[in-house]
This record gives sequence, C-alpha cells and structure tokens, in this order.
Amino acid sequence: MRLSGLQKEVLSLYRNCLRECRKKPEASRKNFQVFARTEFEKNIKIDKRDFGAIEFLLRKGRRQLDMYASPGVKDIK
Amino acid sequence: MAALRSSASRLLGAAASRPALRAAVTPAAVRGMATVTDGQQQHQAASGEKTNLKTFQIYRWNPDTPTEKPRMQSYTLDLNKTGPMVLDALIRIKNELDPTLTFRRSCREGICGSCAMNINGTNTLACLCRIPAESNADMKIYPLPHTFVVKDLVPDLTQFYKQYKSIKPYLQRDTPAEDGKEYRQTKADRKKLDGLYECILCACCSTSCPSYWWNSEEYLGPAILLQSYRWLVDSRDERTAERKDALNNSMSLYRCHTILNCTRTCPKGLNPGLAIAEIKKSMAF
Repeated sequence: MRLSGLQKEVLSLYRNCLRECRKKPEASRKNFQVFARTEFEKNIKIDKRDFGAIEFLLRKGRRQLDMYASPGVKDIK
Repeated sequence: MAALRSSASRLLGAAASRPALRAAVTPAAVRGMATVTDGQQQHQAASGEKTNLKTFQIYRWNPDTPTEKPRMQSYTLDLNKTGPMVLDALIRIKNELDPTLTFRRSCREGICGSCAMNINGTNTLACLCRIPAESNADMKIYPLPHTFVVKDLVPDLTQFYKQYKSIKPYLQRDTPAEDGKEYRQTKADRKKLDGLYECILCACCSTSCPSYWWNSEEYLGPAILLQSYRWLVDSRDERTAERKDALNNSMSLYRCHTILNCTRTCPKGLNPGLAIAEIKKSMAF
C-alpha cells in the first residue's frame, strides 16, 4: 500500500516511541509499549483526510514522547 | 441528578449549621455572582438607565475533540456593567456566561504579557485594549496569528521561548568589576537601553510579522532581535563579537524586510524595527 506523507509521519512517530521504550528498564518496558499503543489506538477512528486533527495529534504525540523519553521516567501505569 | 441534589442539600445543611459564616459571606457572594440576566431584570425594574449591549465573537477550539473544527462563538455583554478593557469583558464572560472559555491573563495592567491576542485584527494585550464604546460593531477576538493553538485563545509559544533562549539573554563577562562591586555604566550607556528593556516578550510583534510567519523556524523575529540588540548595546557585556557572529547568516537577522508591522502593533509602544535596523548597521560597519 502506498502511504501518504502524513501516514508515514504517524508511523515514524510510533516507531520512535517503540525505540524509546527499549531504553527503559526491562521490568517496566512492557508498560511503556502498552501505553504507546493505547495512545495511538485512542485516535484510530479519525478520518485519514482530517489533516488538521492528525497534525495536531502528531505535535501532541511528539511532545509526550519528549517528556516520557527523559531518563527520569522509570515506569508508567 | 440524585447525586447533585444530595450535595446541594448537604451544602445547605452545612450553611445552616454555621449561620454566622453564612451571614458574613452571602452579600458579597450575591453581588459577585450577578449575571447578565439578573442585570437585565434589575433594569426593567428601574427602566430609567440604558443598556449598552456589545457582542464579542471569540475563537473557540478544544484540543480534547481534535476532529471538531474551530468555530466563532458569540457572547453579548452589557458594557455598563463591564470594565473598560477587553480583558475585563473576557473575565466577565468566563465568570458568568461560559466557564469553559480559556485564555491567559495575569497582571491585568500590561506588564506580564500573558493576555496577548488578536483583537479586531490587531495583535495587542487584552488588558491594554479598550472596548470601543462608540461603535456597536461586534468585536472579533482570535489567538495570536500563525501560532499553534493550545486551546481557545491560548497560543503555543514554545518555539518563541526556545529562540529567546538561543540568544543567551543574560550578561556575559569574564573580567570582574574594577572596584569589586557592581558593573557600573555611564548615564549615556544606560540611556541606550531605554526602549529596549521595557519589552515584556508578549510576542505581539513577532506574530504580526509576515516574514516570521513564513520562516519562524529560523528567522528570530522582531521581539527576539530587539532583545538581541539590548544585549549587543549593553556596555557591561563582553561577548558582543560572538553575539554578532551568531546573527551573521542569511536567516537569523536578514529575513527582516522592514515591513514594520512590529512597530505598528507593539502594545508597549516600542520600536523593534529600529532595533533591527541598528543591528544591521552595526553588522555592516
């Protein structure tokens, strides 16, 4: 399937999330992965042509990733 | 509904058990909570005064429902019962008509720069902008243009603050003061900072600059360049050369095309356009 630029950006954000998960302590790694997955699934129903909403959620996601990627964050519920 | 009712009766019960407290609190609370409709009712009773209604159209957007498009919502207030400034009206709308309306405000006297927004097409501070009494056209209030919106009238200024950080807005010195006390300045040197140190970083000028709209990633924008100049002319700073060096590229400074929207819009009456011109001059010679 040919992906649009926006779709690629979403996938790359998800990939970055999973990459950051690998830097977390092994015990809580699973929690981070589940959290990332549910954050994406929350908005899975958004129409793929609703660019404004997707771009906003991308920005929000990147901000969240920055925050949770800091080494001070050890676990997530 | 049952939960609501029970909590209400609990409140009443608590109030009844402490009559003294209730008596002390009630009169002020009633006056503070007076709503627009209350006002109108009083009015019909008096029927001597005039109402002076004004409609405010305000940009609304809620990040919790990103699929909903931004919309304009209208609120009508009686100006006779509202303070003179737009911020007074906004606070009154939030208190009495719609508590979900979101905006930043703090000092309400033009010194914090929190309430910068686009009012009737001009970027300004809501606390310094009078509600025009003579015309009864609707007032349109938007967040600062070309910024990402956090919610309603709240812009995301992360990029703006990041750029401010990048110019190192603090005194850089290696040599200690001659007498070991303060770093002294002549009166003439101090005078150079007038018109620069007053900037409150409200971002009105930067977000009114078309050049900044299209190049906000790299062009620093008038507010940051004004601050940059403030540190360049400071006689106590010893890193002038490095500061100039950091600006010496095609984007940071030279995207200013002297459009001068910045000077026209500045709610503090400063002149970022002049400051940028001075930087350009000092870089040229």
